Amino acid sequence: MNFDVTIVWAIIIFFGVMMYVIMDGFDLGIGILYPFVPEREHRDVMMNTVAPIWDGNETWLVLGGAGLFAAFPLAYAVILSALYLPLIFMLLGLIFRGVAFEFRFKAHDHERHIWDKAFIGGSAVAAFFQGVTLGAYIDGLKMNGHEYIGGAFDWLAPFPLFTGIGVLLAYSLLGCCWLIWKTEGDLQKRMLQIAVPLAWLILAAIGIISIWTPLTHAAIAERWFSLPNIIWLSPVPILVAITMYLLISAIKKSHDFKPFLFALCIIFLGYIGLAISLWPNVIPPNISIWDAAAPRQSQVFALVGTVFIIPFILAYTAWSYYVFRGKVRAEDGYH
Amino acid sequence: MTTVSNTILGFSALDLARIQFGFTIAFHIIFPAITIGLASYLAVLEGCWLKTKKQAYKDLYHFWLKIFGVTFGMGVVSGLVMSYQFGTNWSGFSQFAGSITGPLLAYEVLTAFFLEAGFLGVMMFGWNRVGPGLHFFSTIMVAIGTLISMTWIIASNSWMHTPQGYEVVNNVLVPMDWLAIIFNPSFPFRLMHMGVAAFLATALFVGASGAWQLLHKKDNPAVRKMLSMAMWMVLIVAPIQIVIGDFHGLNTLKYQPAKIAAMEGHWDNKAGEGVPLLLFGIPDMQAEKNNFEVGIPNIGSLILTHSWAGQIKGLKEFAPADRPNSTIIFWTFRIMVGLGMLMLLLGLYSAWLRYKKQLYTSKPFLHLATYMGPAGLVAILAGWITTEVGRQPWVVYGVMRTADGVSKHDISSLALSLGLFIIVYLFVFGIGIAYVLRLVRKGPTPHEGDLPIDGGPGETRQQMRPMSLPKEPLEDASTSSDKEKS
Ligand code: HDD
Ligand code: HEM
Ligand code: HEM
Repeated sequence: MNFDVTIVWAIIIFFGVMMYVIMDGFDLGIGILYPFVPEREHRDVMMNTVAPIWDGNETWLVLGGAGLFAAFPLAYAVILSALYLPLIFMLLGLIFRGVAFEFRFKAHDHERHIWDKAFIGGSAVAAFFQGVTLGAYIDGLKMNGHEYIGGAFDWLAPFPLFTGIGVLLAYSLLGCCWLIWKTEGDLQKRMLQIAVPLAWLILAAIGIISIWTPLTHAAIAERWFSLPNIIWLSPVPILVAITMYLLISAIKKSHDFKPFLFALCIIFLGYIGLAISLWPNVIPPNISIWDAAAPRQSQVFALVGTVFIIPFILAYTAWSYYVFRGKVRAEDGYH
Repeated sequence: MTTVSNTILGFSALDLARIQFGFTIAFHIIFPAITIGLASYLAVLEGCWLKTKKQAYKDLYHFWLKIFGVTFGMGVVSGLVMSYQFGTNWSGFSQFAGSITGPLLAYEVLTAFFLEAGFLGVMMFGWNRVGPGLHFFSTIMVAIGTLISMTWIIASNSWMHTPQGYEVVNNVLVPMDWLAIIFNPSFPFRLMHMGVAAFLATALFVGASGAWQLLHKKDNPAVRKMLSMAMWMVLIVAPIQIVIGDFHGLNTLKYQPAKIAAMEGHWDNKAGEGVPLLLFGIPDMQAEKNNFEVGIPNIGSLILTHSWAGQIKGLKEFAPADRPNSTIIFWTFRIMVGLGMLMLLLGLYSAWLRYKKQLYTSKPFLHLATYMGPAGLVAILAGWITTEVGRQPWVVYGVMRTADGVSKHDISSLALSLGLFIIVYLFVFGIGIAYVLRLVRKGPTPHEGDLPIDGGPGETRQQMRPMSLPKEPLEDASTSSDKEKS
């Protein structure tokens, strides 16, 4: 059997990062929405909806990093050191929001506001810099052979900053729809109200990015607009439009679960769109997955475990979501 | 002299990168050391509770679970930073050796981190949501997860100390034999030494909180139980650790003789004369000698070669560029061993008092046990500094030099990131540690286990937990439990 392990690894990492984006996306979104919900009770509920699962959600980010390290060490080394500062800011943000989960419940009343702020600031900073990293990555890294020759502040440009805001919005939408699903009453009503404007903002952001990238990157324009690609790829924008319609009507009808489902679909489609633009490069603009691949021995060794273990991971992750199913209420569970 | 452009305060970019890695991992290791120990301790407590139904076990479980939650959270966020630092700061190393350390880290994520994370929620918040059997199972899974995690990361680190099973092709390492890579020569010793260190550090920490409670007249069955359990652990494990440490040293002597010479401050041999055991001295790397040396002749030979006049290589036999810094590791090694000996004494002392039925009342013992609370963590840090500084100037021993592994960042980015890490870590983890100590000071109270759980879906909201009732902050809560008793 001599299949291309490198492609398999590209798919696994693609999948891992996607899991991260949708799962930690709604956790971070909750932090970003905190400022709009000042009441103490509501904030407790919001945090409680994710307290038992956030660690697992964040672990997909560790898998993304470790998978890249194992299968594409060159990409891991170059991307992480080229985007040094935004990544460090993201990590620092994740520290604040991660400890807030534990500290907020252990703090005295007069200290709690510190951890509310840490939760808001940490979530927003982490989300924004994930977006900046993404934007700088799409824009491409200045390379000479296998060495990064760009500057430490190349990411400080309009496009990455815009994608930073895009990701902030996308995570807020996910968090908002998650809360529509997991809460009820006043809090849910408030989320239903912000969901519609958020959805429109996301649509605008996706639209701007879809125009901006082909305009500045000939290769991406070529990928999408040449024949016959344009025919094969046209379902992507069409599906975005349909899902957006479904999302907004589900919100208007105050459905519990459907808004979250459609929000996931929107994010998923946007993510697929990016993958189509970049394939098969792992370091844009021109280092492909094969150029950056680890030796076959490394890829195969890590693959055996991954293929075997990921189903188990999905199974017990699903189980823990199942254990904590249902609406979360403030007065719940005191026995 | 220093040029302004590529050094800051006399530190080069390489120095800053090393300080950043050392600083962040030193913080990280404190939390896993406690969580590895506590997770297993919690599994034992829950098992005892299920078997005996004694309230003290349930109270202790819930008490330590809160502390576990805080340390675990801090372990996760500081660990996340570690997993990105190989790429952000050691890109030369990652490109060259990622083919080997990358898959090991990937296995750690897949087999350990997800396991911990998947069952952690149920362990922390699921007491009333799943049956006792499933809850116990979740606790065990989390405990196993921490042990698996330790195994992979130690395999990776040990391979960097004693690399084998690879070939260098086109300036990149290619793994040839994964079993040889994982079971490299220093792995079994380092794994056992670190695992036992985590258990010891936790036992000392648990024991110290029990002793502190007794000294402050907060006596209840749970407090006695935890002191007793901790002291059994110290009594049994401290001697084991010393034996493992001895074997670890012999293994290091075989594979990294320069490190041992630096640990011992041993510069050269005189014909026919054994190696002394130095008790004091300040090795001077420039002058190639020790100042203020105090030693016992031949004992060094006895420990390291198990013979009276056996010789080991002296530092002068290595080129100056290949010598690790003896000034540092001579002392960190002695701190670790000295604390190990104190732990042994503490264990023996506790056994004697137990026999005399004074374990819970002897003031000097309770004071000693309280002061020894942080000793395990200090020994762990001292041990790691010995190991890692002793490996220099290599990042992969004998294969790649640290200076070749570092990312080529300009120094201002590094100074900025290091500065931010220091500020953020001291703030966040400083407060975290203060919260842990606050919880410890409150101590387990009777029927702790029947109180609602902090947070989590379907659990109580804040106000219902006595701990954070506005009129009854922690300090008062503990005094009020005093009153209840009397
Ligand atoms: C899997 C790898 C790994 C693990 C588990 C550890 N280290 Fe390490 N350490 C490294 C991998 C490494 C490294 C990447 O290889 C460094 C960076 C530069 C170097 O030479 O080695 C390093 C350097 C390094 C330095 C700087 C040494 C110097 O430059 O003189 C210190 C002080 C520590 N480490 C401390 C620790 C502590 C306290 C650890 C406890 C957990 C630890 N290390 C575990
Ligand atoms: C440079 C080396 C290291 C890296 C890259 C690293 C990476 C990580 C990461 C990413 C996490 C968070 C996992 C999660 O999301 O749940 C973590 C936690 C953990 N690490 Fe480390 N780690 C390192 C060193 C160590 C060492 C030396 C040990 C123990 C001997 C260790 C033991 C653990 C354990 C038990 C956890 C679980 C969380 C906790 O208990 O606090 N790690 N580590
Ligand atoms: C008292 C007798 C002890 C001896 C003879 C001893 C010996 C050693 C040696 C020789 C090393 C360096 C190995 C190398 O770098 O290759 C080491 C490292 C270390 N020691 Fe100890 N040790 C002792 C006690 C302790 C205690 C009590 C603790 C903690 C509770 C501890 C924790 C560590 C740690 C965490 C390391 C670094 C990881 C490793 O290389 O294993 N040691 N020890």
